[in-house]
Amino acid sequence: MKVEVVYFAWVRERIGLPRERVTTEAETVAGLIAELVAREDRYAMAFADLTSLRVALDQELADFDAPLAGVREVAFFPPMTGG
Amino acid sequence: MRLIVQAEPFDLGAESVGFAAGAAGAGAVVTFTGIVRDNGGALAAMEIEHYPGMTERAIAAIMDQAAARWTLVDALVIHRYGRLAGGEMIMMVATASAHRADAFAAAEFLMDYLKSRAPFWKKELGAEGESWVAAKDEDEAALRRWQRV
Repeated sequence: MKVEVVYFAWVRERIGLPRERVTTEAETVAGLIAELVAREDRYAMAFADLTSLRVALDQELADFDAPLAGVREVAFFPPMTGG
Repeated sequence: MRLIVQAEPFDLGAESVGFAAGAAGAGAVVTFTGIVRDNGGALAAMEIEHYPGMTERAIAAIMDQAAARWTLVDALVIHRYGRLAGGEMIMMVATASAHRADAFAAAEFLMDYLKSRAPFWKKELGAEGESWVAAKDEDEAALRRWQRV
């Protein structure tokens, strides 16, 4: 399946692009991360510490073990600092 | 309820007066304004990034929770993004209720949730370089106290 993967803040800076279309065999967010990390060092650097990362599926916060079936957009970013 | 996410500055006075005037039946209005700290002149600018689409959805969900929890006549959230200088207003929250307790509590709840559940990320730009503002443990602690009540 194809998903739109978007990155924000230092995740975007480390990976070097704001969004990309990814073809994946992964069933969960964790599976998608493993595929990305296997690609290149910059992904490995961005995903080195999952405790400092958050994920949203179709713009709703989710867990790393959440299934990807039916998801169109996956977003990775650091903990939010609004207000 | 009104929610605005914009790059442009907002007029705190006009927004506050307009909000209070439109809150028919309210006996109390609370407003909070967030301002960019200039860290004693060390900050050149703050760059605020956000996730268009999710930002509006997340803030609307937080406002719905506040409305379900307290008896509010109205609520307003304005949050800016983009490049801001020290001293500029980043955001404001206003709440209106019949009595002040609901308006105060709802405003604080909105602030606590906007801080760590609305998809904004702040980067400080200074003379010595730039750095992303890290989320603080006390921000999560602030959320837990609302979950206990």
